[in-house]
Amino acid sequence: MELDLARWQFAVTTVYHFLFVPVTIGLSAFVAGFHTAYLKNRNPQHLRMAKFLGKLFTINFALGLVTGIVQEFQFGMNWSDYSRFVGDIFGAPLAIEALLAFFLESTFLGLWIFGWGRIPEKLHVACIWIVHIGTLMSAYFILAANSFMQHPVGYRINPTTGRAELTDFVAVLTNKVQMVTFPHTAFAAYLTGAAVVLGASMWQLHRRKVEDDMPMYRTAARVGAIALIIAGAGVAISGDQQGKVMTEVQPMKMAAAEALYETQDSAPFSIVTISSLDGKQEKVAITVPKLLSFLGTGDFDGTIHGINDLERQYEAKYNADPLTRAATYTPTLPLTYWSFRLMIGLGMASVGVGLLSLWILRGGRTHARARWWPLLSVAVALGPVLGNAFGWIFTETGRQPWLIFGVFTTKSGVSPGVSAGEVLTSLIVFTTLYAVLAVIEIGLTIRYARAGAEPIKEQAATSEDDAPLQFAY
Amino acid sequence: MELTTVWFILITVLWTGYFCLEGFDFGVGMLFPILGRTEDRRRVLLNTIGPVWDGNEVWLITAAGATFAAFPHWYATLFSGFYLPLLLILVALIVRALGFEYRHKRNDPTWRRGWDAMIVFGSVTPAFVWGVAFVNMVHGLPINADMEFTGSVISLLNPLALLGGLTTVTLFLLHGSLFIALKTDGEIRSDARALAGKVGFAAAGLTGVLLLLLGTDRGDSASWITAAVAVGALAGALAMNGRGHEGWAFIGTFLAIALLVITWFLMLFPDVMPSSTNAAWSLTAENAASSHKTLTIMTWVGALFTPIVVLYQGFTYWTFRKRIATHHIPPAHDERDYAPTAAS
Repeated sequence: MELDLARWQFAVTTVYHFLFVPVTIGLSAFVAGFHTAYLKNRNPQHLRMAKFLGKLFTINFALGLVTGIVQEFQFGMNWSDYSRFVGDIFGAPLAIEALLAFFLESTFLGLWIFGWGRIPEKLHVACIWIVHIGTLMSAYFILAANSFMQHPVGYRINPTTGRAELTDFVAVLTNKVQMVTFPHTAFAAYLTGAAVVLGASMWQLHRRKVEDDMPMYRTAARVGAIALIIAGAGVAISGDQQGKVMTEVQPMKMAAAEALYETQDSAPFSIVTISSLDGKQEKVAITVPKLLSFLGTGDFDGTIHGINDLERQYEAKYNADPLTRAATYTPTLPLTYWSFRLMIGLGMASVGVGLLSLWILRGGRTHARARWWPLLSVAVALGPVLGNAFGWIFTETGRQPWLIFGVFTTKSGVSPGVSAGEVLTSLIVFTTLYAVLAVIEIGLTIRYARAGAEPIKEQAATSEDDAPLQFAY
Repeated sequence: MELTTVWFILITVLWTGYFCLEGFDFGVGMLFPILGRTEDRRRVLLNTIGPVWDGNEVWLITAAGATFAAFPHWYATLFSGFYLPLLLILVALIVRALGFEYRHKRNDPTWRRGWDAMIVFGSVTPAFVWGVAFVNMVHGLPINADMEFTGSVISLLNPLALLGGLTTVTLFLLHGSLFIALKTDGEIRSDARALAGKVGFAAAGLTGVLLLLLGTDRGDSASWITAAVAVGALAGALAMNGRGHEGWAFIGTFLAIALLVITWFLMLFPDVMPSSTNAAWSLTAENAASSHKTLTIMTWVGALFTPIVVLYQGFTYWTFRKRIATHHIPPAHDERDYAPTAAS
């Protein structure tokens, strides 16, 4: 019971946290880009876009930040045995993330937000770039910690203490899973940021509130669309590499992604399946022949291991040790199967919208009158956000029953001294609080996205020392 | 020096940084209803900490992360043992941060009043709960042979710990009002100074009694000295405030809070979480620590980057060093009509 609740809490808080993180990473790059463009060409439209996107960015950053603290505390609160077992390795990237990245992000974001008119312009632009670099470093270190859970390297089990101990920190930071996960996640974040830029601009193009602003939004939409397509290519290429590494180090996850029961050469890739995924009855499925083998191994005739074979192998290998014994080594199939498809589908669909909008905005056109246009602008902004969420649901549930693949099961990691009632309390508190905050955040985002870029305010003619602040809470 | 001792000192530094820095922004948040009688005054208060509160809070995140890395057992026992108090702190920090960020995003009095309440709740709650938690930790907790906390939330609410909570709340109130006195101008500045004078006596008294009670139990010569200097620094701060030396007064409370935290950690060492069930089951800097290798790597990272962090955070404080008064506050952001207008 306590295990289930702790897992639910982790799932709810992580998925929620990760709704904001990619938006933050991606948008900060666009804010920095527009602010830099203004520095170079003094086009006030670029400054307006930087400020407009900056508002959407800070609304999301705030929620990403506060929900991140919950994540850090949660390891100790709900997973204390995991923390004891793996703190030697897992704690280091987490602490380094805080020391190197969080300080940078929060301090320089404060400088950027409040720095208008107070710090030299070039330094001001540098601040937002530093924020962006901070978000990327943060992603790197937390993903290194996660990659260790997917594919443990650079450690040994100390027989006296019974804990995992670090033997090679460079190996942890250059884990082969990390080498494909970080680019994949980073490209997905740029894709998400680009989609938000595109979506917000498309909406403005449709509304035509201020006719003179249309060229500005058209430029922004095109920048967003082009970045979306480039990032989409990056996501696809890194995702393909990730699939190959996953097939190698976590074959069960690949088998679960496909609901592939029997080991197969030249395995087909299934696009959708109707009827059950339990492998007992004939599936009605749309499949592409040999594609799965190619995705998993780089060879159209490669062998993909099936769930039944792997389950037997794992039972023989892991059942003897209490830390690695599990009732089943197969993850929940409908979850892995569908989250994998939704991740890919939503990512590809948003790239499709990027291409479509480029075509519609070709040759100086500024908008489409079509009724579905505003709907599409919301969909393109939300699609990648949900795609990211499904990506993480797939990655984390596909790892089950393991916390650390092949080393430590999830049920071994839960806090022994914490009662189910306590976990239930916090689960209810966080779920309720997060739901309320979601309503507030979505309301604010829509409000500011609708409002569009503010006109440039006339500054007081003299730079009087006692003048009002250019930005204040 | 043993690496475990080095890391014990570094964890002390991180918590000291956290309480000294976030201490004053907790204070500012708590003083919202007292010093922020009008909307302009509330916005002055907010803007004194606007650019820095977020960076201050990262000291907590780093302290927790560093404890995880350097002393995994300490992190595990502390965070699972203080489950519900930490839940309360997390909720408080979440609504407080969003209060700062979202309050000004709508020009609507009901909206702002709601976030104001969140800021006050979010500031007073952690200020109190951290005091309760630290005094419990220093005094000793029921911990079994498996390093697991065996008490309940009720057992955490003992009189000494409650005194600890009250002490941190009043100390942060004093610290916050001196920060406001230092960072503002006009009426609000003199109000803050007068308030600091009143709160100061309570803070000094409570700190003195708390350290005396804790000291009779766990004090040694070093911790008695730091405790005495802490109370001395508070007295100095009050004297300086009385004479209108706001900067010196603020340095005084900064020092007093730092010394309070240092005293706590001196009382702990070489334990990190003493067991009140059986002294042999206490978590110590030695038995709670990570491997030598991890500590070595972390020492390099910490030694290289902590000074850099201090430098650029210092730069932020220097950048925003100007005093703020009500006439510096620009009109509300949201004065434009945000109501949807028909498309063309």
